[in-house]
Amino acid sequence: MSTLHTVNKSPFEKTSLTTCLGHLSAGAAVLLLEDGVYAALTQTSVEGQVKGALDSVKVYALGPDLQARGLSEERVIPGISVVDYAGFVDLAAEHDKVQAWL
Amino acid sequence: MSETIKNFLYLNRRAPYGTIYAWESLEVVLIGAAFDQDVSLAFLDDGVFQLTKGQDTAAVGMKNFSPTYAALGDYEVKKVYIEKESLEERGLSLDDLQHLTWEDEDDDYAEKDSIHLVTRAEMAAIMDGADVVFSF
Repeated sequence: MSTLHTVNKSPFEKTSLTTCLGHLSAGAAVLLLEDGVYAALTQTSVEGQVKGALDSVKVYALGPDLQARGLSEERVIPGISVVDYAGFVDLAAEHDKVQAWL
Repeated sequence: MSETIKNFLYLNRRAPYGTIYAWESLEVVLIGAAFDQDVSLAFLDDGVFQLTKGQDTAAVGMKNFSPTYAALGDYEVKKVYIEKESLEERGLSLDDLQHLTWEDEDDDYAEKDSIHLVTRAEMAAIMDGADVVFSF
């Protein structure tokens, strides 16, 4: 069972990201969107957690949400793939289900 | 017109776009600015993300309200405090934020910085000194 996990809350305000990363199984992927995209930035207090996740799962960030927040792709942790809305649809279709962490 | 001038502090702790808090705060600040009060804005925690440069909301279909912050100086809002620790925890520096200024009419309309970088301890003192705190 491969699951796409989505996180849409800021990692500095809620525990959604931490709890999500602690509940990933093999074949899982994580998509950061809305305020969740702040977790994709380098040099933050949660960078280590996200980099640790990259060792075992794929992590994506939604480009339009990065742009809205003035965050350029150069600030995104290497290894995280930036996708657009069509890419979001593809990810949802490729996985067996989508689990949202609110 | 109110008789007493009070010191109002608007506390911004939320990121823009994910929730409505940031925009609502800005609207209240602009409305309140019409009432000749002593206004200060504080940005801490995720609130510091409200002021990032280069916001472009075209692809998410939301209103980009970030250019409005540049108008605060025209509304006599000239004290904007940014918490240093909050920036650092998020990998940001003042260079990543908009440069906000106001014109000092008593000094030949010189452009002066509105933004003041303060420590958490200094922010606590600013909060302590406010007559009224509006939290967003």
